[in-house]
Amino acid sequence: MRQELHAEWTKLRTVAGTRWLLAGCVVVTVALSAAVSAAVTWSAGEPLKDITKLSLSGIQIGQTVVAILAVLAITDEYSTGMIRTTLAAMPHRASVLCAKAFMVTAMALAAGFLAVPMSLLAGRFFLPGKGFTPSHGYLRVLPADGSTLRAAVGSVLYLALVGLLSLGIATLVRDAAESIGIVLALLYVFPVLTHVVSDPHWQRHLQQMAPMQAGLAIQNTVNLHGAPLSPWAGLGVLAVWAAGALLLGGLVLSVRDA
Amino acid sequence: MTATDTAYRSGVTPRRDGFPAMVRAEWTKFRTVRGWVIGMAVAGLVTVLMSLLGTVGNGSPCRSGPNADQPCAPPIGPAGRAVSDRFFFVHQPLEGDGSITVRVTSLTGHLPTGTPGSGGAMPEMRSGVEAWAKAGLIVKATTAQGSSYAAVMATGAHGTRMQYDYTHDTAGNTGLVSAQSPRWLRLTRTGSKITGYESSDGVHWSEVDSVTPAGLPSTVSVGLFVASPDYEVTEQHLGSLGSMSGPTDATAVFDNLTLQGPQPGGTWIGDAVGEGFGAPRGEGQDYNQAAGTFTISGSGDIAPAVGGPDHNTVEGSLVGAFAGLIVMVVLGTRFMTAEYRRGLIRTTLAAYPRRGRMLAAKATVLGVVTFVTGLAASTTAYLLVGHLRRSHGEAILPVSSLTVLRVVVGTALLLAVAAVLALAVGTLLRRSAGAVAAVIVLIVLPYILAVASVLPAGAGNWLLRLTPAAAFAIQQSLPRYSQVNTSGYVPTAGYFPLAPWAGFAVLVAWAALALGLAAVLLRRRDA
Repeated sequence: MRQELHAEWTKLRTVAGTRWLLAGCVVVTVALSAAVSAAVTWSAGEPLKDITKLSLSGIQIGQTVVAILAVLAITDEYSTGMIRTTLAAMPHRASVLCAKAFMVTAMALAAGFLAVPMSLLAGRFFLPGKGFTPSHGYLRVLPADGSTLRAAVGSVLYLALVGLLSLGIATLVRDAAESIGIVLALLYVFPVLTHVVSDPHWQRHLQQMAPMQAGLAIQNTVNLHGAPLSPWAGLGVLAVWAAGALLLGGLVLSVRDA
Repeated sequence: MTATDTAYRSGVTPRRDGFPAMVRAEWTKFRTVRGWVIGMAVAGLVTVLMSLLGTVGNGSPCRSGPNADQPCAPPIGPAGRAVSDRFFFVHQPLEGDGSITVRVTSLTGHLPTGTPGSGGAMPEMRSGVEAWAKAGLIVKATTAQGSSYAAVMATGAHGTRMQYDYTHDTAGNTGLVSAQSPRWLRLTRTGSKITGYESSDGVHWSEVDSVTPAGLPSTVSVGLFVASPDYEVTEQHLGSLGSMSGPTDATAVFDNLTLQGPQPGGTWIGDAVGEGFGAPRGEGQDYNQAAGTFTISGSGDIAPAVGGPDHNTVEGSLVGAFAGLIVMVVLGTRFMTAEYRRGLIRTTLAAYPRRGRMLAAKATVLGVVTFVTGLAASTTAYLLVGHLRRSHGEAILPVSSLTVLRVVVGTALLLAVAAVLALAVGTLLRRSAGAVAAVIVLIVLPYILAVASVLPAGAGNWLLRLTPAAAFAIQQSLPRYSQVNTSGYVPTAGYFPLAPWAGFAVLVAWAALALGLAAVLLRRRDA
């Protein structure tokens, strides 16, 4: 396993795209978070806003970059034929996928560990000026507070799980364009669909199974009882999606000709 | 030794590469790659299937009233549009021509407080008048919901108004009613024409407007009315919206009521029109009459229906277009990136050295194929979803057939232009994954952020003006009316900041820009 990890690390490290994608992930995440924090304003009489979740909105765009990174980790090998060399050198296919999954997780965590604290800092910079002050019932956005810490750590884990989901799908599909299309459809189509379904019962069900909406429940810090899923259960749903995709991908990888 | 110099000559007469030949070549490429044909079929299929998925369940139940827990079907007005028609009406019949005059001395009311009651309970109320609370005189064909009418009224914050047949609105004096400045109102019927007047002293009258409602019979109901539209605050959460809304009520005091007609002196009857549709508060609708003074409380509105979570719209039937869009973006990108991946681009450019034209030919083929597929899919989805909803007893807010045509054809156009944008971005980046992700993030993410997510309406509106997501405006089926509470006109409720074709033009501009850049780079770069 150590050799597989070393091989995958070398591949990722020596491809110029990786570091640009990681940097891009951090930049777009923080940019969107900061933009949302700068756009919202407090107004009297409205229900309490989840400012922690607001200041972590950038995850919604950052996840696409993680998805690209994860998809390319395997589809690039197929498009260049490198996969045959890889599998000749490391015939145990499950270990190859595990090593790739490990590397994708590490990359996503690295991007998240940079992007999430910076997003929170941006929120802390902008939100108090927008009326989200202690006198209006808002404590400062501080990672010291338990639920904020959970939202922050959870957001980083969310990125990693999106990476694993993408890797699983890409292993299954083998084509970059199709994989990224399927991943983004899974993430983005559910929110649009839940918006249209008018039956409240079904709306809730869809929110509970949608990978993005359920997974981002980890960012909820207010009105937890009103949410369709508790934070960790939500992240659990995404984990089930990711595990399912990886298992299916691994299964197909081990029985199919490369 | 005579046959040595007869080299091979093609039978085809030499000519310049025509654009039609290039289009034909690209069409052949598309047609003969099984994956693309299957992909196009998948795009159509997911569009229809996901649209059908949008109809799961029983629809939004009415909040209360006799139709509680049943699908809501709004009343239909004289022009065939869904309307809201609920108010308190103190009336008597009027045969033929006549005139009614009254003085409004007070308009007060109650609004829900900012904190919603727990477990679906009514929010607590505070004093205050809804901006579009209405009190005044009305001439109405019947007391049934949706019938033709003309009314002149004092409003909560928009001065005196003359309105008829739900969608028409004329502003009068902007002054508001109070004990110090009461307002005199008068409606006169002459044949089919109704004229509204207002006055501050009952002596000097000024005409507000003279209108001809669509279907007034010779005997109409005439009298006093009070209505106060629902108060609605839309709070957006990630991926869902929670709207805090509640009924409001208004109470108006009238005196100096005179009715001139063929048989004056009839008795006044109080009716809560539309009781049962929506959520009238039992205690919110009432009237009493003492010494010529009428005190009337009413709730509801007389207005065109506007979109919101309670209503199914035409564009709601086409939600599958999002899934179809993603598939078409993938296909559009690959139509170009596959050439690079396989090295076919070198053959293509050797055969057709005019690179800009080659790109145009590709865009033409892709655009036409995606448009035709999209049109078939959106038409099917519209018809199937409409059929399903009707069989559930649910209503889709009716709009004119021209609007339906614009929404259905516009959806297909949107898919086609999005695919062309993807082709251009694919040419620019030459890498599938980045291009697909970039186009989806450009088109779908702003829509999600603005419509089903966290952004406040102001920022969401800007996203829907500047990004290619503006094109979804072409799916907006409901017009906005300035005389209906404007806080509901947010992206979440299906209202876009740009006009339908203007929004579509934004996407076209993006696609044109990307195509232009792609043509320049294609010419400069080695293939």
